[in-house]
Amino acid sequence: MNSTLDKFFGGKQGGIGLLVLAALILVVFPLALDSFRLNMVGKYLTYAFVAVGLVLCWGYGGILSLGQGIFFGLGGYCMAMFLKLEASDPESTKIQSTPGIPDFMDWNQITELPLFWQPFQSFGFTLLAVVAVPAILALVIGMAMFKRRVGDVYFSIVTQAIAAILTILIIGQQGLTGGVNGITDLKTLLGWDIRTDEAKIILYFVNAALLLGCILIGRFILASKLGRLLMAMRDKEERVRFSGYDVASFKIFVFCVAASFSAIGGAMFTLQVGFMSPSFVGIVPSIEMVIFAAVGGRMSLLGAVYGALLVNYGKTVFSESFPELWLYFMGGLFIAVVMYFPNGLAGLWHSHASKWLARLRLPSRRQPPAAAAQPAEQPPASGAGTIDAVPAKQLESTP
Amino acid sequence: MTGFQMPKPVLAIEGLTVSFDGFKAVDDLNLYLDRNEVRVVIGPNGAGKTTVLDLICGKTRATSGSIQFDGRELTKMKEFDIVRAGVGRKFQNPSIYENLSVFENLEMSYPAGRKVFGALFFKRSAEVIARVEEVAAEIGLAGQLHSEAGLLSHGQKQWLEIGMLLMQDPELLMLDEPVAGMSVSERAQTAELLKRISQGRSVLVIEHDMEFVKSIAHKVTVLHQGKVLAEGSMDAVQNNPKVIEVYLGH
Amino acid sequence: MEWLSEFGAIAAMQGFNGLSVFCVLLLMALGLAIIFGQMGVINMAHGEFLTVGAYTTYLVSVLTLKYLPELQPYYFFVAIVLSFVIAGALGWLAEWALISKLYHRPLDTLLATWGLSLVMQQAFRSIFGAREVSASMPDWLMGSFNPTDAIDIPRNGLFVMAVTLLLTAAIFFLLYRSRWGLQVRATVQNRVMSRAVGINTKKVDRMTFALGCGVAGVAGAAFTTIGSTGPTSGSLYIVDTFLVVVFGGAASLFGTIASAFSIAQTQSIAEFFISGSMAKVLTLSAVILILMLRPQGLFSIKVRK
Repeated sequence: MNSTLDKFFGGKQGGIGLLVLAALILVVFPLALDSFRLNMVGKYLTYAFVAVGLVLCWGYGGILSLGQGIFFGLGGYCMAMFLKLEASDPESTKIQSTPGIPDFMDWNQITELPLFWQPFQSFGFTLLAVVAVPAILALVIGMAMFKRRVGDVYFSIVTQAIAAILTILIIGQQGLTGGVNGITDLKTLLGWDIRTDEAKIILYFVNAALLLGCILIGRFILASKLGRLLMAMRDKEERVRFSGYDVASFKIFVFCVAASFSAIGGAMFTLQVGFMSPSFVGIVPSIEMVIFAAVGGRMSLLGAVYGALLVNYGKTVFSESFPELWLYFMGGLFIAVVMYFPNGLAGLWHSHASKWLARLRLPSRRQPPAAAAQPAEQPPASGAGTIDAVPAKQLESTP
Repeated sequence: MTGFQMPKPVLAIEGLTVSFDGFKAVDDLNLYLDRNEVRVVIGPNGAGKTTVLDLICGKTRATSGSIQFDGRELTKMKEFDIVRAGVGRKFQNPSIYENLSVFENLEMSYPAGRKVFGALFFKRSAEVIARVEEVAAEIGLAGQLHSEAGLLSHGQKQWLEIGMLLMQDPELLMLDEPVAGMSVSERAQTAELLKRISQGRSVLVIEHDMEFVKSIAHKVTVLHQGKVLAEGSMDAVQNNPKVIEVYLGH
Repeated sequence: MEWLSEFGAIAAMQGFNGLSVFCVLLLMALGLAIIFGQMGVINMAHGEFLTVGAYTTYLVSVLTLKYLPELQPYYFFVAIVLSFVIAGALGWLAEWALISKLYHRPLDTLLATWGLSLVMQQAFRSIFGAREVSASMPDWLMGSFNPTDAIDIPRNGLFVMAVTLLLTAAIFFLLYRSRWGLQVRATVQNRVMSRAVGINTKKVDRMTFALGCGVAGVAGAAFTTIGSTGPTSGSLYIVDTFLVVVFGGAASLFGTIASAFSIAQTQSIAEFFISGSMAKVLTLSAVILILMLRPQGLFSIKVRK
């Protein structure tokens, strides 16, 4: 049997959902949108990385991190540092008092490239750092918090505080980080101009492919025993602990995975949008990222992508036409999702659309009873009804 | 103590004390448990029975004293290491994963894939399936393997949790009120189950139901205010004037 | 001898500085200590209730100046009462419409109240404009108090201190010496039992939440004497405020006071040596580190569960 493939693609139902999403972002968007709008969708999709990570750690693991902007930002800054160094070659910075260092350093009377900037002259190191720096920070935070059994609410508040600290630090250390403006004027990647339309289209596809990759990894995790353990922990942590599991290590793992995903999104943001700034790191952007996952459905990896797309599209539309209504809309969204649609779009899909679809083709085939019996609210953890959790029952039937 | 005539006990608790803000829930407790023994701990509410189980399995940390299990000191070990060393513990309220199937509940306790990457690449091998089926038959749930655990009756949930412990094949099995809320016939079945599964391991049970205690206990320990009030056969304990006073005077 | 008295003056003013920060933190945290500490509800909109109080005070000052200018020196006392009532009433409403539906889902409460805070911020912006406003200060709050020539203590700072002291005392009395406080504490400890002995726990919850918001309103009123008010004034401090409460050990009023004091002193001492923003980074990091070592907060009791 191809059970390993099943784990990645989530059986037949999950496979179709994934194909639809892939077709949408790989075919429909590129064909239907001009390069400006496509670049914008690319930007939205970088937030989807964060949302997918949040589905893993919040939806399944019960760990609500309000500091995902930390990791998005760190990933983005790692990439931006590399690009900035490339853009600051002695030739194009010869009017500075110290040529060859980023312009904001020069403005802040720094005469030498700081030590922690130097490794970012290497592209290989940068690629590694994009994932490793945020993952290591997540590991440290996770070790400190989960090994000490800090409660989930406290964890949320502490992650928020860390996001605040990092923002203050970046803004305060203008000479080292570019301060409140961030790192701007990024031009080329290994000599390749990333500002052209063509480059943006290529980067869009790279971004889309990486996102689909992250979703596949997420599916693999959820389909494994680890995925079931996460859900078991969320509901009965003591039972899992006294069944011989080191609960903290699983939480740390999923938190690190979420952090790495966010960081990849951040790096792709820098590449596609051309700058990185502390406004993507702090408390407000971090909690907005949570709403992407909540709107899509906190238990659905694919839903997270749709959530990120929709909320950000809404944000763009509102801030272009009715900027004063945007906060009302956003605030209302938080309240409505939590109170009336705790499973977001994915939940709505399951309680309405999929039934309707099933009715359309009902005469030809009987609906499997397991899927028909799902209550609309709280989908059961066995995941038979969720879009992309692999139905555990399918695995069971493969001896 | 009469330790000289016994083989080395599996579990040796000595001078165990825990205090919460000055209140000693368990006070200088000594308790020894032999292999193949079924020991029942009884005592009025607040006597510290559940706290003793919490201390053994590491849920609560001792203020002083020692807990030796197979020659290993448990008081300093992490909870999951204590489980891996061979201590299984059932909670007072059935604590199972309601949303998972009976099969998955049992599989979750299978002692493999317990670390992060082990769990990530855990495979449901024929061996695992055989073991799950074996335990399911033992606890009388072979017919319900694929139903959702939340749909089981209260008694069946209690059995399922016992089954989850059996999956770990523990040397010491600790059960906190295993027959609470069970019907008479379920109690009898549970007693039979305990007799079967106590072969080759030690069992420590907390229970209030005296009929049930009588039917399973080799030896009974009476706790009162965190201390051992009496210890011995069921008959001896029941006729102990101190025990009678504590129960009737309470 | 001269340098000694000068040094003394600097020390006194620096100490006063720390005390001011302490009062500000404590004022913000008091309401939250009731809501989060006693009820366990994470109210991310807490800062907005503070802002409600500040805007109320501003409105009262404007209206007094327009219609009853001779009463201008005394408007502040009316403003404090009104701030309490309005912020409390809004809190009551929020509990009824939102919080009461989410008691068993703390993380969801957090997200919903964040949404509420966004809505409230935008409402402030629509009503009062995006620019910051200031209430007009009565004369007796202006200028400063000079016990010696070298020491210069602003009166508004002293006023905030007095409000902090009174409010803390009032809350202590309410929580630990009144029948209502007993009901609150009983409900916190054992909801089912409290209900069984005839406490209307729903009403207690609603009143507790409203009280916490009302206290935030009073804090907001006090803040108008030391700074101006904008739509996002309150939200800037929400994380600090939570850290104060968590750091103190959520269920202990004394812990909240001690934690506000230690955080404020650390902050103002650090500011003496490094820049303000770095001092804040240092303080917050220290708080987080200590929280990792003592996840229950500084003052909490070990209980049998």
